Amino acid sequence: MNKSTYSDVLIGVVLLALAACLPWVVGDFAVTLAVNIAMFTVLATSWALFSGPTHYISLATAAFFGLGTYTAGIGLDYLPFWVLIPLAGVFGAVMAGLIGLATLRLSGVYFVIFTLGLAEMTRQVITYIQNATGQKGILISIWFMETTFYWMLVGLAAVIFIVGWLIGRSRLGFALRIIGDDEEVARHSGINTALSKVLLFMIPGAVAAMTGAMMAPRYGYIEPLIAFTPMLSFQVVIMALLGGTGRLWGPIVGVIPFSILWELISASFPNQTTLLLGLCFLAIVYLLPNGFVGLLLKIRARVSQGEGF
Amino acid sequence: MSDHRTVLSLRGATKRFGGLIAVNDLDFDVAEHEVLGLIGPNGSGKSTTLNLISGALPVSGGTISLNSQIISTLPAQQITRRGVARTFQLVRLLPSMTVFENVMAGAVFGHRRRWGHEAEAHVMRMLELVGLDRRAHAHPSELTYIDTKRVELARVLVGDPKVLLLDEWLAGLNPTELEEGISLVRKLRDDGRTIVLVEHVMDAIRSLCDRCVVMSSGVKIAEGATEAVLNDPEVIRAYLGEDDA
Repeated sequence: MNKSTYSDVLIGVVLLALAACLPWVVGDFAVTLAVNIAMFTVLATSWALFSGPTHYISLATAAFFGLGTYTAGIGLDYLPFWVLIPLAGVFGAVMAGLIGLATLRLSGVYFVIFTLGLAEMTRQVITYIQNATGQKGILISIWFMETTFYWMLVGLAAVIFIVGWLIGRSRLGFALRIIGDDEEVARHSGINTALSKVLLFMIPGAVAAMTGAMMAPRYGYIEPLIAFTPMLSFQVVIMALLGGTGRLWGPIVGVIPFSILWELISASFPNQTTLLLGLCFLAIVYLLPNGFVGLLLKIRARVSQGEGF
Repeated sequence: MSDHRTVLSLRGATKRFGGLIAVNDLDFDVAEHEVLGLIGPNGSGKSTTLNLISGALPVSGGTISLNSQIISTLPAQQITRRGVARTFQLVRLLPSMTVFENVMAGAVFGHRRRWGHEAEAHVMRMLELVGLDRRAHAHPSELTYIDTKRVELARVLVGDPKVLLLDEWLAGLNPTELEEGISLVRKLRDDGRTIVLVEHVMDAIRSLCDRCVVMSSGVKIAEGATEAVLNDPEVIRAYLGEDDA
């Protein structure tokens, strides 16, 4: 347990250090792509912290992300941007806590449907409020260079890796693994399963909201369809599953190739993105059920047993 | 009943599933260091009673107390933390974890909570007790049936529970394994553990239980010293049916 955790940390530190230097060695287009990769690294890694061990598939990322985006959009008239990021995190954590209290007693499939519905409901509520007040969206009054977005996201990714590493070594992390294996056994081992799940669910909620707040100035103008796009929730799930949720660094292994692939798909087939996203999801579930990490561990096990291929 | 103080007490414990009364107005006490057999034919309500005590099912009526404190209103995890630990009729191990980690679950979150080196050392002591210390790093899929049962037993023992609930722990074992199983439970009894044993294996009941409570169709039909209860004509009738008794 400890050995693999230390290797996770080492890999994470090296990758983050390399990633932080990227804007100095690549061109503008690559930095723009790197911002997307960094954003999905943050979202997919925090998503996997909860959904990886518990196997509860959350499709609420868009709801938290949109909440953060609107926190920044509305809050910029009253507070500095740098205060709005942690504030969005608090809002996201509170929202996730409330959702968790209401839904995490539900079994897996109902939880999935609820989280998907929640994101859509939040979008509809914001749309309704804006229509009622005669608004269509919010103009963001500040802007940053792409490198600023990138470094903000890499910094947040570093925090998530540290938090994930600490959780992996904690009683909470162990409790979540037990819950993922057998919730009944977890209860009879003395674990407060509902509380454990709610506590950990607050992390991806807070992180997605902070990410939304960070990204708000990049959009310039935000409206519900941008801030709460359901596509975001599915992209995060696909990337995390493609990489694999069995290791802290797993999701990033899925984020990098998928983000590049997604750029190609968006550029070449702009009207078929949803269809191609669905096909990608099916392919991953059938061909790589445990992601690249699972495949890697399987190969390593075979090699160590001397079986070859 | 022995002279020791009462640890677990059921008063009027009742469980209804719609119109069906699975356990009806059940009373019994379990004394400290006692092994109490909870026996009866299939469908008599034994496992449901164990589920009520452990909090897997809520009671429909009556109370269950541990050391004079009512636990029947508590959720399962709090009952475990108060000191009631159980095994399952069908063994439930954590499939992605090693034997060591399975037992660690009980050490970290059970009645007496431990963490770090203290927990690890205690887990190894429990694995040694059940004879699995050399298989600590095996996965459940690599174990024999009795070894999976040993792991589950170690997982409940490691939290130092006040009362141990064993739900047909000896069921499904071959004769050699059964001997090993009985001797393991006897070792627990000799260590002074308080055990409620739901069991069908008569040899085990005779050799392990200080007293027995016999259930039939959800009600208690007999209670007392093991030999006396097993020779009770009503108990024999319940097990064998009216014509064969």
